[in-house]
Amino acid sequence: MAKAKITFEDIHQTVNVPAGTRIIEISEKIGAGVIYGCREGDCGTCMMEVTEGWNNLTEPSVLEEKVLRENMAGRHNRLACQAQILGDCKVKPA
Amino acid sequence: MADTPPLNVSTWKEAVEFAPGVHWIGALDPTLRTFDIILKTANGTTYNSYLVRGSEGVAIIDTVKEGFEDEFFRRLESVARYDEIKVIVLNHLEPDHSGALPELMRRAPQARLYISTRATSMLKALLRPNREEPFEYTTVTTNDRVSLGDRHLRFLHTPFLHWPDTQCTYLEEEQVLFSGDIFGCHYCDVRLFNDRVGDFRFSFDYYYAHIMRPFKQWVMEALALIEPLKMKIVAPTHGPILRERPRRYVAHYRELSTSTLSREIGDTNKSLIIFYMSSYGNTARMAEAIYSGADTVEGVRVSLYDLEGGEVAPFVDLIEDADALLFGSPTINGDAVKPVWDLLSSLAVVNLKGKIGAAFGSYGWSGEAVRMVEDRMRGLKMRVPREGLRVKLIPTQEELDECTGLGREIANILVGKEEQRGVIEFSDLT
Repeated sequence: MAKAKITFEDIHQTVNVPAGTRIIEISEKIGAGVIYGCREGDCGTCMMEVTEGWNNLTEPSVLEEKVLRENMAGRHNRLACQAQILGDCKVKPA
Repeated sequence: MADTPPLNVSTWKEAVEFAPGVHWIGALDPTLRTFDIILKTANGTTYNSYLVRGSEGVAIIDTVKEGFEDEFFRRLESVARYDEIKVIVLNHLEPDHSGALPELMRRAPQARLYISTRATSMLKALLRPNREEPFEYTTVTTNDRVSLGDRHLRFLHTPFLHWPDTQCTYLEEEQVLFSGDIFGCHYCDVRLFNDRVGDFRFSFDYYYAHIMRPFKQWVMEALALIEPLKMKIVAPTHGPILRERPRRYVAHYRELSTSTLSREIGDTNKSLIIFYMSSYGNTARMAEAIYSGADTVEGVRVSLYDLEGGEVAPFVDLIEDADALLFGSPTINGDAVKPVWDLLSSLAVVNLKGKIGAAFGSYGWSGEAVRMVEDRMRGLKMRVPREGLRVKLIPTQEELDECTGLGREIANILVGKEEQRGVIEFSDLT
């Protein structure tokens, strides 16, 4: 299975994960600072900033785009409960 | 003011003009005793709605709760026709302010609805049962303006006070701030204005403590927009209209939203608090070991509290200003003990987002409490960076050393000295 490395910059921690893993499946287990609310892409609480490897995450859905827009997200913000890892990337809480 | 006849809006059913062309058209709810489950209302509340007349049309700012429409429409009709209404603003979509909106839109179909950018999904969800067709609306944010001819409404984006959608609307020419729930309180008085009503200081502070306190950071951001405004009157959606020295209420919000601990220990020092309950002294010994470990770290102020010796409310105050919280609970009958849950279920009034948390406790045979408390902390949007410590019955010296290490590690995380753990394999995460 393809692997990818995700780095949580706020805690300087890198995890080697199977491609397709959602960030929510990792970040809480390692105590990273991304915080979750609804956990289903509606509330925007888990907004994070992708500092490297923006293209190595799955494309945001129409609904995620809408929530990001409503929360005045920056260009490289994503929802950690929605984004799946396809290749190496670095993230931190927004 | 002393010579004017006393105003009584329980008998005066028309609009009340309080600035040229600016009217209160709200409703009284004097018998309400509990608002929104969480708030007591000793003398009820008001649902304040406002009407502004310009040379090219009328604006309605906020409506009233469902069931109070008759009073609202009667006051509205006393000063305007429905076909004159050009603008409807909802500063906040909670049902106590949007209750009369469907009927108002039906009576004034030509009017345009203005809501904040964050309000769209709420508008649809709140009004779904009442409408087959969604309303036409315009979303606005800070410094967007709407013209009524000779008068202009300017919007201020003030989210999370106390819903994501909240905003304020400023009438530029009259310097009136329609502040939504900000600066509001549940206080029903037929005299309507802050210089005429009874002593409402408690209601004002109580409302802040329950509604605005969890959002202090957002209060500060809103104040940065509000404080520079020239302000003759602040007109909130509940309670007295603040026309006498309105700026002191703005200053009071700043005071209430400023951390008191930072005045004591400065902004650079961090606060770490350990709370525990112990039945046979084992969880207490763990707590003391954690305390001794955390206390070795420079720049961290460590406090240790036995929950048995305190009450919830002051502990909530301590938690609000703390940067890290450690909860110790024995496991009794497969659960954390009640005083721990009592405290952990009393934190809705403070913002815990991003605070560091950890749990620990002694147990007899199954030890579920630590994991349960960790889950609760995550649910409260705290960060739980290290797995908690569970000790079977009496802690050994080695286990106490682990507690000391946990205390030191959490304190080090607070001051930015987190230990590096190399690359972790996903399959190794539990």
